This record gives sequence, structure tokens and C-alpha cells, in this order.
Amino acid sequence: MDNILSIVTFIPAVAALIMALFLRGDDEAARKNAKWIAMFATSATFLASLFILSGFDSSNTEFQMVEQASWLMGLQYKMGVDGISILFVMLTTFMMPLVIAASWNVEVRVKEYMIAFLMLETLMLGVFMALDLVLFYVFFEAGLIPMFLIVGIWGGANRIYASFKFFLYTLLGSVLMLVAMVGMYADAGTTDIAKLLVHEFSYGSFELLGVQVVGGMQTLMFLAFFASFAVKMPMWPVHTWLPDAHVQAPTAGSVVLAAILLKMGGYGFLRFSLPMFPVGSDVLAPMVLWMSAIAIVYTSLVALVQEDMKKLIAYSSVAHMGFVTMGIFTANQQGIDGAIFQMISHGFISGALFLCVGVIYDRMHTRDIDAYGGLVNRMPAFALIFMLFTMANVGLPGTSGFVGEFLTLVAIFQVNTWVAAVATTGVIFSAAYALWLYRRVVMGDLIKESLKTISDMTTRERAIFAPLIVMTILLGVYPALVLDIIGPSVTALVTNYDKALAAADAVTQVASQ
Amino acid sequence: MELTILFAPLIGSLLCGFGWRFIGETAAMWVSTGFLFLAALLSWVVFLTFDGVTEQIQILRWIESGSLSSDWSIRLDRLTSIMLIVITTVSSLVHLYSFGYMANDPQWKDGEIYKPRFFAYLSFFTFAMLMLVTSDNLIQMFFGWEGVGVASYLLIGFYYRKPSANAAAIKAFVVNRIGDFGFALGIFGLYMLTDSVRFDDIFAAMPAVAEMSITFLWADWNAANLLAVLLFIGAMGKSAQLILHTWLPDAMEGPTPVSALIHAATMVTAGVFLMCRMSPLLEFAPQATMFITVLGATTAFFAATVGLVQTDIKRVIAYSTCSQLGYMFVAVGVGMYSAAMFHLFTHAFFKAMLFLGAGSVIHAMHHEQDMNNYGALRKKIPWTFRAMMIGTLAITGVGIPFSYDMFGIPIGFAGFLSKDAIIESAYAGGSSYGFWMLVIAAAMTSFYSWRLMFMTFYGEARGDKHTHDHAHESPMVMLIPLGVLALGAIFAGMIWFKPFFGHVDRVATFYGIPYEEVGAHGADKVEGATDDHGDAAKDGKAEHHYAFAGKPGEGALYIAPDNHILDDAHAVPNWVKVSPFVAMLGGFLMAMWFYIWNPTLPGRLAESQRPLYLFLKNKWYFDELYDFLFVNPAKALGRFLWKRGDETVIDGTLNGVAMGIIPFFTKLAGRAQSGYIFTYAFAMVIGIAVLVTWMTMSGGAH
Repeated sequence: MDNILSIVTFIPAVAALIMALFLRGDDEAARKNAKWIAMFATSATFLASLFILSGFDSSNTEFQMVEQASWLMGLQYKMGVDGISILFVMLTTFMMPLVIAASWNVEVRVKEYMIAFLMLETLMLGVFMALDLVLFYVFFEAGLIPMFLIVGIWGGANRIYASFKFFLYTLLGSVLMLVAMVGMYADAGTTDIAKLLVHEFSYGSFELLGVQVVGGMQTLMFLAFFASFAVKMPMWPVHTWLPDAHVQAPTAGSVVLAAILLKMGGYGFLRFSLPMFPVGSDVLAPMVLWMSAIAIVYTSLVALVQEDMKKLIAYSSVAHMGFVTMGIFTANQQGIDGAIFQMISHGFISGALFLCVGVIYDRMHTRDIDAYGGLVNRMPAFALIFMLFTMANVGLPGTSGFVGEFLTLVAIFQVNTWVAAVATTGVIFSAAYALWLYRRVVMGDLIKESLKTISDMTTRERAIFAPLIVMTILLGVYPALVLDIIGPSVTALVTNYDKALAAADAVTQVASQ
Repeated sequence: MELTILFAPLIGSLLCGFGWRFIGETAAMWVSTGFLFLAALLSWVVFLTFDGVTEQIQILRWIESGSLSSDWSIRLDRLTSIMLIVITTVSSLVHLYSFGYMANDPQWKDGEIYKPRFFAYLSFFTFAMLMLVTSDNLIQMFFGWEGVGVASYLLIGFYYRKPSANAAAIKAFVVNRIGDFGFALGIFGLYMLTDSVRFDDIFAAMPAVAEMSITFLWADWNAANLLAVLLFIGAMGKSAQLILHTWLPDAMEGPTPVSALIHAATMVTAGVFLMCRMSPLLEFAPQATMFITVLGATTAFFAATVGLVQTDIKRVIAYSTCSQLGYMFVAVGVGMYSAAMFHLFTHAFFKAMLFLGAGSVIHAMHHEQDMNNYGALRKKIPWTFRAMMIGTLAITGVGIPFSYDMFGIPIGFAGFLSKDAIIESAYAGGSSYGFWMLVIAAAMTSFYSWRLMFMTFYGEARGDKHTHDHAHESPMVMLIPLGVLALGAIFAGMIWFKPFFGHVDRVATFYGIPYEEVGAHGADKVEGATDDHGDAAKDGKAEHHYAFAGKPGEGALYIAPDNHILDDAHAVPNWVKVSPFVAMLGGFLMAMWFYIWNPTLPGRLAESQRPLYLFLKNKWYFDELYDFLFVNPAKALGRFLWKRGDETVIDGTLNGVAMGIIPFFTKLAGRAQSGYIFTYAFAMVIGIAVLVTWMTMSGGAH
């Protein structure tokens, strides 16, 4: 199993290729085949990825299962996982079979739909495993395309606007990242991420267009990467593409977007920004922390007044990602542990919430909150599941939603109590908007004529939720499953970060004397 | 055994909530009730055999990150064991009671199954509450804290068809979350300063923390005071203290057994428990405790005034609960934690009984809750009447003053002993504001409690005649719990007076606190009291042989060496000791005058004092004020940020930037629909995939 990482990454792509080449026609049988092939491929990917997990040694903070090969024009193909990335890989492979199962009722261009999702899986996995700058960039950018298509083709009425907004936003961010990558190559002479991680980028202050740049090159590179990752997260104020994209995307698209794609930004911060540009991070951390705190309050308040279910959950996602960025840039153990945990947990919870919306959307074909009310009368199972994930979303202890939120808040309190106090108000607002949504959709008497015949969840739908329920509660009760795996790598990250800052401080002091 | 107590309710809840489809409705209800009675039985065994030595049982690892480490575990000490019996006893009785109360609930249509869900929620609540009180660290406590909040939310909103119930449920949860905001910040601060969330480590670090200062928001604060206040904000939310009290009266939307269990006996006392648990912190936080005293006293007063004019029977009792919780916080504030626990303990019995009694009345009256439609029910529901009478005697504090001083045994209903203990402590603690507020509140407590009795059981039958004609006594399953609680309401105070509020050595042994003989210093203080009151000093001399000598974390409570409130409370002047009794009598006579001798008086008074009446009737306009100050602005701000912030500013700017390229993209968009771009993009994706796949293959060949 020397190239298990590549195997896992490319199983979906191979399945997509097979589908594209050999699956003909658009009749009932062909559709069914497409669905089953996709299901089979994503399940196989998940099973294969279990080998990664079982073979992973969490006490080793180096990259593991590394594969290396030369590629075109002297570039190299290098893959590997460490404690920071492995769980994102697992999250992706875990979610994809559920996503395919949730798409079972798609009837339009089924083959292309499945190909798009399979390609997307390959590209997402590639992002989390790539250990070469160019490779990372290719995966990171190419991932845009299938998502763009999913929104643009299988989306709602206003899908073209949403998909272009999504595309433009993320692409503009990426251009800056590309520039920074070229700069990194020029400075370090390598595109190998493992080598870049130990390379010290210059941080001497200089003047640029009359402005003193504290932290020098590191700050500039940090900003360039920040532009890309902040959009992906998304952070306030570049978050406005997300609600639109979610609203227009088909259910499965929303799930992938919320559960996995958003995590690329957080992963990027942890893989590049923090370890490679510690001085730059340190200089700009206060700004990022405040942006996070504002995001939490701002988007929670906006969520409070939404009339569209998906939009509400999308804004709630932005708020939760605020905890992630806040945790990351506290740059201490609890903060980063909490941030990673929050990302994993948010993958399950927000995925499940979008699936919940999908369940009733499939029946009523509207996302308008006012069109619902009193669903509990006819859909008790749905009410229970939606309740569970609503509570997980507001960070109830005992669900996975609590651990990440709590750890990041503990961490920020040690760094900046103002930000901590502002961010902690998020727990109040989240309760308000989430329960308000729940009340309007599920509670009350069933009065609306259109809802009188609505049916409860089918076995297929329940089966999709079952794994998510298990994970949400399991991680909430026994978070060590995650924290044990990421802990040592995070410790190493924090130690190196502190060391780099201390060294930089010493140098600056010598220089000033 | 402790594990069984803790998990039996959870298992019962799951079996009942999910298993009723397989084992049937009634069986499911008995399963959850049975598990609860088992837990209650074991709790009493634990309580009665407990020897005062703190025990710890680790169950499972929980959140561990760097130096932050917390487990699922049990800390069994005296505080825990008291809470165990309170929770499991009341809960098991409420389960039993619900068999009768929830049968044929008119809120539901024929054929709807709602009872297993109700029992499952009740059991789940009990589990969460037990997690809260058995915790050995702050995070698990927070789990229980939020867990009971959810259970409360689910139970308040149990009648999900009623909009008012849904609104009340959300209000309860969100207002509690405001308290949790403070609690959480308190935990963060404690962790920052002590590097731990475990009680043992935190308590041990307290003397050092008292010397530290902490930068929080705009200023530097004394760490102990700041943290105590933050934790107290959490307690204010859960225990419905002034400012964060608005959810409790609304919570009466839930079925009455819920009010008895959650909103009277257990959950709302969690704040008091938290404060007692954190006694090692409070002993080092003089300003914070002063704040607690003032707020508790004000709440006791405020809630009592509102209780005077409410006509919904459950709301009267709800405000009474709010008020009694204020008493407990005063005891905490002056450093007399044991008296707070004493009142918590006795209050659980008589208040649960009052609620269940009210439930029985409501049940008899076909779910009519307005006391204006009651009257003359004494003969119709005699057992309920007797139970309510005992409850009223207990809450108003009927007993024989000085019986302990004269005969050495305290004689009186449970509330008499525990309430007097608090009032005496407040006086001894030097808080004259607290003392007077509590005495006035005691008079009002007596008034509204007797008013409730008179309006319900005496006078003439008012309201719907048909309802009165068909008023019927409740079934046995409802009366038995009332009977058991009545025993508690009568005897709990007398039996456990000494361990809670007796001599120092008794109290210290009870809580497992080390104590020692004291010399001249203590004796000097007694002399001071002797000058004024000879007979009090006679007692005092006998008691001053011992003083608390524990360090923070030793025993269930920490009483600082300079905290002599217990002794001082025993030595207060006689007029202080008798004042709550006088207040009680005054309130009773007023109620007699208003509702028996001169029944037209209340109406006339309400007319002549209309502004005051409306002010009280509308609960000092807190709800209106909060809507104006917080709820509406939050919504308006949200709308503003959405429409102006997101759409106008952010998107507007970006659109402006993109203006040049938009025509290009619209053209592209047109083609996308034709499928042209679609094919193209697919080719691109697959191209990349093929390229990369090929790279892998050739890479593998290396």
C-alpha cells in the first residue's frame, strides 16, 4: 500500500472516467447505473481511506505515507498526510457516499451530475493531501469548476448569478495566492511544502509605496494567501457569495459546499499561513481575530431575520467559521485544536442541516420559512432529527458542536478578552436564530392546506442521517477520537510558531540595538 | 451505585422515548418511572450512609487539549448527596404523578401518543440535572447546565400546538443562554488563571487567585471578584434572578408536573448549587458576594410584589419560587452557604408540593388556571386542600419561635426553619438591606400564599358552574406524591435542622469540613453579643467551642476563618429571630381581611391605586422594556446589516468592481445554458484528472 493516498484520491476520478467513456444514453437504466457507480466509487473511497486512518501514527508529527514522483517540466507530484490534514481527508470520504445517496432523486443529466461530484471528490481530497505547491494550486483551483457547474446547471432559478458570483469571488482570491506562490518559489527555490515549512521567509520591514510594512515579505505573502483563504472560509466581509451559492445549489451541492469546501480555507491557514509566515500571522492576527468576532455577531444577527431556510443556515455557517478563524489565529493549542474540531464537527452538522432542508424541499419545493409550520404533527422523525442538529448547531454540550466552540473561546480568552466577550455573545444569538427557525418550521399546529399530506422521512432518508447522528453525538461525548489524532501535530505547529516568533523577536532586537 | 443513580434516568429516558413502539405506551412509562424510583432509593442510601469524605469516580475521558483536561466523572460530597436526594425524590414522585395528570390531556387529539415523549423528557431532564450536580469539573457542569436548559425548553414547549408555549420555550432557552454567556466567560477566566477546570485544582488555587488581577475588557479587576460575578451571571439566568428572571413565569406554559420538577424544585436551584459549590471562590470575593446579597434580596422583594396581584394560580407560585430563590442567594451572599442549601432542600419539598397541588386543582377544574374562577373547592377536593394547606403553612413559615433556644429542638414546618435561618444569617452578615427586604418579602409571601388558598378553597364558587359541579378529587397516583411531599414539608426542617444550621461541629461534620477548638478570639466576640442580649450569649458560649478550619477544597463547603456568620446568626437579638414570624402573621391577617372578611376590598383597592396595580400586574414592565431595548433592536440591526451591509455595501462594491467584466459574463452565461460551456468545462476537468492520474501511474513506476 505504498500509494494508498493516490489510490484514495483517484478512485472517484477513475469512476468518473469510466462513466464518461462507457455509460451511454439517458434512459432509466443508465441513470440508475450512474447512481450506483457513483455510490460504489464513493463507498470504496471511504473504505480505502480507512486504511489511511489505521496506518496513521498520530504521535509522529511528520508527513506520513508520503508519495513522490516527478511530473511535467520538472514539477513534482507529492502527497502525504499529517495530523492536521488527515481528518479532512476522512471527513471528505465519509461525507461523499451520503451526498450521493442524498442525490438519488436527481433526474436531470444524472450522468454528468455524478461525474461532477466524483471529480469534485478527487480534487478535494487532492487539496488536503498535496504536498507540493503547484499540485496544491491545481487541486485547489480545479475544485472550483465542478462546484461551479453543480450550482450553475442543477441549481435553482437564479443559479447563473450565484454560480458566477461564487466563481469570481474565489478566483480573484486565488490569483493573489498564485502571485505569492511564485514569490515563495523565487525565495525558497522549491515548491515542496515540507521544505517550505522549514524555510524562513524574510520578515525585515521595508517601505512599499511610502507605507512601512511591518513583517516585510511575510506580511505581504500572508495577505495574498489570506485573500484566497478568507474568501473560501468565508470570512466577513467577503462572505456574501456563500448565502447565494447555497440558496441556488441543489441539496447535495450545499452539503458538499458547507461540509467540505469551506474547510479548504481553514486548512490553508493551518498549512500555509500560520507555519510559513509566523511573523506575518502575528502582525495581522489582531485584525483576523476582530474580523472573526464581527463575523460571528454580524452574521448571527443577519441570520435572525432571514426568510429563506437555506440562507439562514448559510449565515449560521459563516458565524461558525468565525469561530474557526478565531481559533486558528489565537495560535495556541486549544485554539487550533478547537478550530480543527469545529471544522470537522461543522462538516457533519451543517451537512445534516442542509439535508434536513433538502428533505422538506423535496416535498414542498420551497425554502420559504413561512410556507411551513407544524411539521411535527406529520413528521415526528424529521422533527426529532432536525431538533438534534439544531441543538448541535447552537453548540449544546454533548454534541460535537460544543467542543470546538468551547475550545476556541477558551483560547481566545487568553489572548484578547474583548474579542472573547464579543464572540461569546454568539452563543446567545445562535440559540435565538436556530430555535426561531425550528419553531416556525416544525412547531405549531398544522394549519397550511398544502402541508396536510406531507409524509415523514423515508428509510433512505433516515439511513443518510444515521451516520451523521452517530458522529455528532460520538464526537460530542468522546472528542478524544479527534483530539488524540490532531493533538501532537498541533502541538508541533504551535511550538514551531512560537519558536519562529521568538527568533524573529531576538533578531529585531539585535537589529535595533 | 453512584453510576446507577446517574445513568438509570438516561436509560429510562431512552427506553421510554424510543422503546414505546415495541413495549407499549404504559410499559414505557413504567420503565422510566421504575428507573427513577431505583435512582431515588439508591440516592437515599448514599445520602444516609455518606461519611463526609469526598469521593471521585472517573467514567470516561472528555475534552482534552493541551493543559485543558476534563473527564466525565462523579464527585460525591455532601453537596452532591443533598442534591441527589432532592432531584431523584421529586423527580420520581413527579413521574408517578404524571400518570394521573397527563392522562386524557385535552391539548391532544384522540389517538395521539404523547405520554412516552413526556416521560422520556422528564427522565432526560433528571439525567442532565444529575450530571450537573455530580460533576467534578466546570465543563461537565456546563454540560448538565445546558442539558437541563434543553430539557426545560422541550418541556415548556411540550404543547407544541400552542404558540404561547413555543414562545415561552424559546424565551427560556435564550434568556438562559445570556446567563450561560457569563458562566462560560467565568470558566474561561478560571482556566486562564488556574490552568485547570477541575474543582480540586481550582479550589486549591483560590488563595492565590484572590491576590491576582485580571485584565478583562476595559479594566483590571480583582480576579476572584470578577470571576465570581461572571459565574453568578450564569446562576442568575438559571435561577431566574432579577434582570434574567423573565423566562420563569412564562415557563408555566409547560404542563404542571414540569413546573413542579424543573421550575420549582430542581433546575432553578442549580444556580444556588453552583454558588455553594464555588464557595472557595466566593469566600475570597467580598465585593461579588455583596452584589449577590443585594440582587438576591431585591429579587425576593420584587417577585413577592408581583406575586401579590397575579391571578393565574401557577404564576403566583412561579413568582413565589423566584422570590424564594432570592432568599437562597442572600444566604450565599452573606457566606452562609449551608443555610442556602437548607432552604433549597426544604423548598424543594414544599414548592414541588404546592405545584403538584395546584396541578391537582387545575386537573379537577378541567384545566382552568385563573383563580378568579375558583372558590369553595375545600369540600370538592379535600385531600388536595389538605396538601395545599401543609404547603402553605410550610412556605409562609409557621412554627414556634425560640423553640430551639428553649427546648433544644426546633419545632415548625420546613420553611419556617430554613427561612428563619436565612433571615437571621442576613442580619448576622451585616446586610440590613438584605434583612429588611427579606422580612418584608416574608410578609408578602404569607399574604399571596394565603390569598391563593382563600381564593381557591374558600369563599363562593366563581366562574363556570358546570366546571365547579364536575370538580373531582384527583386519582391516587396524584395524591400519593402529594402525601410524600407533605411529609417532607412538615418534617424535613425539623429533622435536618442541626446538620444544616446547628453548631459548628455538627455542620462541619455534615459537610466533611475540618474544624478545631477555638480560643480567646472567638470568645471575645461572644462577649460583644452578651452586652446586649444575655440569653443569646448563653447559647453563644456553648457554641463557640469550635470553628471551621478547612482549607479551600477540603469538605463540600469552604468557610473562611474570618467567617463567623453561623455563630453570629445563632446569637442575633430576639426581635430579629421573631421578625419573620411577625411578618408571616401580618401577611396572614391581611389576607384574611382582604379575602375572607372584606372580599370587595381587593377590587376597590385595585381601582383606587390603578397605576400601582398595573405596574405590579404587568410585572414591573420588564418584558416590554426588554422588547424595546433588546429584542426589537436586534431584529432591526439584523435587517439593517443584511439589506444595507451585505447587499448594498459589500455586494454593491464588488459589483462596481466587476462592472467592466459583467457584460462578458452575461454573454458567457447565455452560452452556459446552451450546454456549450458545459461540455467545454467537463473536458477541462477530465483533462486535469487524466493528467494527474497519468502522473500517479508513472510516479508509481519509479
